[in-house]
Amino acid sequence: MTQAMELVDELGSLALFADLPRPQLDAAAHSFEEAWFGEGERVLREGLTGTGFYVILDGQAVVRAGGRDAAVLGRGDFFGEVSALLGELPSADVVALNSMRCLHMAAPDLRPFLMAHPAVMYRMLLDQTRRLRTTTRARG
Amino acid sequence: MARGDPPAGDDRPFPPGEYPLVVVGSGPGGLQLSYALRRLGVEHAVISADPAPGGMFRRWPFFQRLLSWTKPYAPAEHGTRAYERYDWNSLLAEEPENRALMTGLMDGTSYFPSRPEMELNLVAFAERTGVKVRYGCRWESTRRETTASGERFVLETSDGEYRCRVAVFAVGVAEPYVPPTPGLDLVPHYADTRPAETYAGKRIFIVGKQNSGFELASGLLPWARSIVLASPSPAKLSVVTRSLVGIRARYLQPYEDHVLAGGVAVLEASIDRIEPTGDTLRVTVRPSGGGEPVAFEVDEAIAATGFVAPLRDLPALGVATFGSSRLPAQTPFWESATVPGIYFAGTIGQGATGLRKHGMPANSGAVHGARYNARLLAGHLAEKHFAVAPRRRPVAETEVLPFLIEEICRAPELWHQRAYLARVVSVDTAAGIADEGFVPLAHFLDAGGPDAIAATIEADAEGGVYPVFYLRHAGKTEERVLPGHPLHDFSSDEHRRAVASLLGELGLAPAEQRGAPSAS
Repeated sequence: MTQAMELVDELGSLALFADLPRPQLDAAAHSFEEAWFGEGERVLREGLTGTGFYVILDGQAVVRAGGRDAAVLGRGDFFGEVSALLGELPSADVVALNSMRCLHMAAPDLRPFLMAHPAVMYRMLLDQTRRLRTTTRARG
Repeated sequence: MARGDPPAGDDRPFPPGEYPLVVVGSGPGGLQLSYALRRLGVEHAVISADPAPGGMFRRWPFFQRLLSWTKPYAPAEHGTRAYERYDWNSLLAEEPENRALMTGLMDGTSYFPSRPEMELNLVAFAERTGVKVRYGCRWESTRRETTASGERFVLETSDGEYRCRVAVFAVGVAEPYVPPTPGLDLVPHYADTRPAETYAGKRIFIVGKQNSGFELASGLLPWARSIVLASPSPAKLSVVTRSLVGIRARYLQPYEDHVLAGGVAVLEASIDRIEPTGDTLRVTVRPSGGGEPVAFEVDEAIAATGFVAPLRDLPALGVATFGSSRLPAQTPFWESATVPGIYFAGTIGQGATGLRKHGMPANSGAVHGARYNARLLAGHLAEKHFAVAPRRRPVAETEVLPFLIEEICRAPELWHQRAYLARVVSVDTAAGIADEGFVPLAHFLDAGGPDAIAATIEADAEGGVYPVFYLRHAGKTEERVLPGHPLHDFSSDEHRRAVASLLGELGLAPAEQRGAPSAS
């Protein structure tokens, strides 16, 4: 089986894209670029302009803020959406913990992509809501 | 005859045997790298399956004209560094007489050289600079071998075995790729397109909406009865993406025909299947926006579905690849991220993606980006594997400001490889101030080092082009974005003041004392 077909299938197996019918999944796969990062390589750099939105296909990354590891991300997790949507500079580094393959989309493309794929936007909202709930519980 | 001895009458260089470094490929990437290695005194062999220099330009583009321009008349003199910004096709030479070779080979009908003109340009470079290649020597497989003197790569070729500590593959991204859509394997790939006139009066379906698809559609406009181009996502246009990603302006005619309802159809749909029906083909597509499948009856279909890197057995050796072009994953210095000692040059170097700030890719896939990568790679290989000391040019404190201003205004490396290559000046308390030359921006940001300032030119998706500086001070690096200029003149007083202020942050005296403001 070839890589392009695999990518569509990979996308379909991630929660973020789970509600997309096949033709839309095909289009979504073509909207992203694949990217590869080696162990210790920085994907997002704190304070640098021009970042993007990333979805992890393989491997893991750590969110590192002020020298401290804040969270570990794995397959299906996404990052970079906060700075992409708010137009702010990343407030943390995201560093590959091992060989990591990602989908990448430039920040300015995220809004039109989400508007064109409300099912992905809904899944993203679900994820953000869960994160908010976790934070609220932790504080409560 | 012992292995390594050429047969009688074979006067080709580099017979099989052991070399410190082997370069595979004789396209622009292999030629530029070999030239730069030789200038640095690094002994190496170059082998190529082709009979002569040129790589993909010996055959493509199909319609025999390039997408990359060389301006015969430009704001800078031929042969100067500044002129390289206007000449995307000449390889880089230090001898004045070997620079800007492309300009002398064009017939004046277009600022895009024809394919044969480009091929001649590469042949001329190899001949005039004396780059030696063993032609007709096909790399077939690769293995590792541990010897008493360390690890070696063994490259098996049609001529015999080559052993080396370091191997550089400059083999292009030109192996036709066809996705496994049912029936797509029954139709020719772009690489197998027939002469245009054989499509006279036919209904043609082109799978793929990138440059290769639109190049075919452009060339077939005067011949085809109708043309449909289809792929799942909307066609990206370079004038919209503001980068080489997207259909280039030269190939937009089919798109205009489509939007003016002239008969060309450009569809957003995934190809479901292609079935032969007697003398014709039935192509069934699913619209990306939803809805019922649509079937087209056509006379011909062509798969303009891209190319992959011909890596042969390198993945089995551990070389990780990614993306639809199966590019090898690379470090910022174009070394395989998973197999140390294996490097890449030429268009395949685009696998070292860099930061892609604002989504803008580097131009490493094209000659005008890859030629600078190759020169840097030569320096990196020389330093890392052959103990050749890097060139550090001491710079007087008062020179730093005018030097950086000149670089952001005119350095072709920065203009062609935006947010990818950086000019670095280090400010080491012990070693003094020095011009460190160019380094990949990702390396500068992540490798650490003494206090330094790195200059880049960057661009965003809204059309801004502006200088960006990175200050490394006490181990921490910060980005400083400078304003653009309507004419891209970054030598204004505003820019000088901004750079002087940055140098002040590094403890350098804002040096330039000019009585008069810059002209204009």
